[in-house]
Amino acid sequence: MNMSPHSNDKDYQLDEPLAPKKTPLEEFWRLFKKNRLAVAGMVFFVLFFIVATVGLVLTRGKNPVIDPSRVRLEDKLRPPLARPNLEMLQPDEVPKLGVYIFGTDDLGRDVFARMLQGSWVSLTVGFVAVGIAVIVGIFLGGIAGYYGYRHVRVGQLLAAAFLIAGAVLLIGKHIWAGAALLICGAGFILIAPLMKKSIQGTTQPAWARLWLFNTISIDTLIMRFVDIMLCFPSFFLILTVVALLPASIYNIMIVIGLTSWMGTTRFVRAEFLTLRELDFVAAARALGLSNFRIIFRHMMPNAVAPVLVSATIGIATAILTEAGLSFLGFGVPPPNATWGNILSDGKNFIFDAPWLTFVPGIGILIVVLSFNLFGEGLRDALNPKLRERN
Amino acid sequence: MKISDNEILLSVQDLKVYFKSEDEIARAVDGISFDVRRKETVCIVGESGCGKTVAALSIMGLVPIPPGEIAGGRILFRGMNLLDFDDTEIQKIRGNQIAMIFQEPLTSLNPVFTIGNQIGEAINIHENIPDKEVIKRSQQLLKDVGIDSPAERLSDYPHQLSGGQRQRVMIAMALACDPDLVIADEPTTALDVTVQAQILRLMNAIQKRRSMSVLYITHDLGVVSKVADRVCVMYAGILAEQGSRTNIFTGPKHPYTQALLASLPSREKRGQRLYSIPGTVPHPAYKPRGCPFHPRCPHAIQTCREQYPGMCDYGDGHQARCPVLFDGNGANWSE
Repeated sequence: MNMSPHSNDKDYQLDEPLAPKKTPLEEFWRLFKKNRLAVAGMVFFVLFFIVATVGLVLTRGKNPVIDPSRVRLEDKLRPPLARPNLEMLQPDEVPKLGVYIFGTDDLGRDVFARMLQGSWVSLTVGFVAVGIAVIVGIFLGGIAGYYGYRHVRVGQLLAAAFLIAGAVLLIGKHIWAGAALLICGAGFILIAPLMKKSIQGTTQPAWARLWLFNTISIDTLIMRFVDIMLCFPSFFLILTVVALLPASIYNIMIVIGLTSWMGTTRFVRAEFLTLRELDFVAAARALGLSNFRIIFRHMMPNAVAPVLVSATIGIATAILTEAGLSFLGFGVPPPNATWGNILSDGKNFIFDAPWLTFVPGIGILIVVLSFNLFGEGLRDALNPKLRERN
Repeated sequence: MKISDNEILLSVQDLKVYFKSEDEIARAVDGISFDVRRKETVCIVGESGCGKTVAALSIMGLVPIPPGEIAGGRILFRGMNLLDFDDTEIQKIRGNQIAMIFQEPLTSLNPVFTIGNQIGEAINIHENIPDKEVIKRSQQLLKDVGIDSPAERLSDYPHQLSGGQRQRVMIAMALACDPDLVIADEPTTALDVTVQAQILRLMNAIQKRRSMSVLYITHDLGVVSKVADRVCVMYAGILAEQGSRTNIFTGPKHPYTQALLASLPSREKRGQRLYSIPGTVPHPAYKPRGCPFHPRCPHAIQTCREQYPGMCDYGDGHQARCPVLFDGNGANWSE
């Protein structure tokens, strides 16, 4: 009787049945495509990407294919799909498409061209701001989650105080005093490991005990800072900061990013608190991996799913915030079009030329809605606990 | 460095590991000493909560500090005290010279990486070799631990493997850098009995082939009787008895060891009610004075409540730590 194709000399060898070969990506896609709204969201997400990129290519440079800033006073406030008035325009003023798809505004600028230009602004603001927020959030959340139980020592507080005071003095043009304090702070940090070694073991003198005295834990430090940041009404905080800073698209990205990292920090910390106790982290440590490698190579991929979801929804929020700022006139400076300032310019003509408000408004609506739907679809597909519902 | 067969590879001397909280000190490991020689299999047995795992973790330097604290003792590995090492130094020892196999194969592998990825990483950390070599070696390791068609399994994720296979992968990872000592923390507890036997046989075969030492942490005397050269019986953070397998299984001295053996089912005891030790292991922060086993001990006398002597030596490395025995036999203090 032919029992098994395997030789018997290695008696510990087995042929156990295997689970079907499916990568996590395939599994994710199988769950994700069940949710039709989310798939639609993703299609719009990708479409928006393409439109924004194409828009950047078509509207940039000195002599763009579709010129968003060409003023044609002869052709102002034309409705959508109107033909340009060929008799009045100079030959180089005639739009290349031969038609104003979304009409023109009060200065005769092509709204379609301005929307294209604005879509790139929205895209970059959304992604860069959320990118900053996610990086800050992952970094702080990771530290709070992994090292949270450790305490900040008096010595470390002193060093930090020196560094901050030095930086402030430097900014305040007291170069010598500032540099001296900075060097002192850096010196503290450099000699700290040496001092730790020399203090260890021997009976500690009083100053060493004070130096190593534990104050608050790192977790408390970071998470209370998060709480403080959450106390500010963030839109008004952004307004204040933007009012102080010179208006530019980069400042807006940075400010939005730096006021929206708190949610990610909380997510990552919560994930890390559970992951830290899991066996594979202990196993990774037992293999001799450094803490840095464990945090960023082993724990982060396991914690990144909820972050990805909140980031997707965060992009929608950032786009909305940017549109709101531009609408109020604090956003990207005027020659550049953004959806917010198209809307803002159009509000004076809302009864005469409704397309000036409706086109950017619906654009924002579609993009934000599709990002939110996509984000929720991601969350449902990535979180096994929510799977049973559908 | 050439190491002779009989050399002591790992020597734990009077190790104390305490966990401090607000108002109590849990003395999880309270002064244990044992040696692991080259090629030897040593088993640490004891009930749940008696400090076995903490002892193993402290050898690897994995006890979380704080709340944990190494309160005393030395851990000599090839003559070097591991407790003096700083983070980067001990990272070079971990995985490279001392490897560990964990209890739960289901959670000990990172769910988001492939098997090949994880074994490859285990190799890459300590050895700088080209990728092709790493893949070759990973396949050889999987073959060694008895996994079929290793080339294909390398691209599998942990969830695609069965529990037994995952434990084999864990063993392969532990073996990746050819360690001298493998610490196996209840490697078979989460597996069913048939797979358990396979894994034990596999470990045994590999140990012979690679001439390494193994430190088993287990509560399963059945496992101990199969694999151990020497046995350490732990109770409430101390070593109650240690000796060779024959010593422990045929001539146990400490009442705790006797009770453990009595509660082991066997053919001779068929049909009888199985013995169980009354009571539970004391809380590590509130251990009784004297011998920690005395409240549950059938032979306890007044001395047991008051003092706790050191080990009595019975020759041939067989030692037991019991006040009654100390009185009765008039044996020597071992230290």
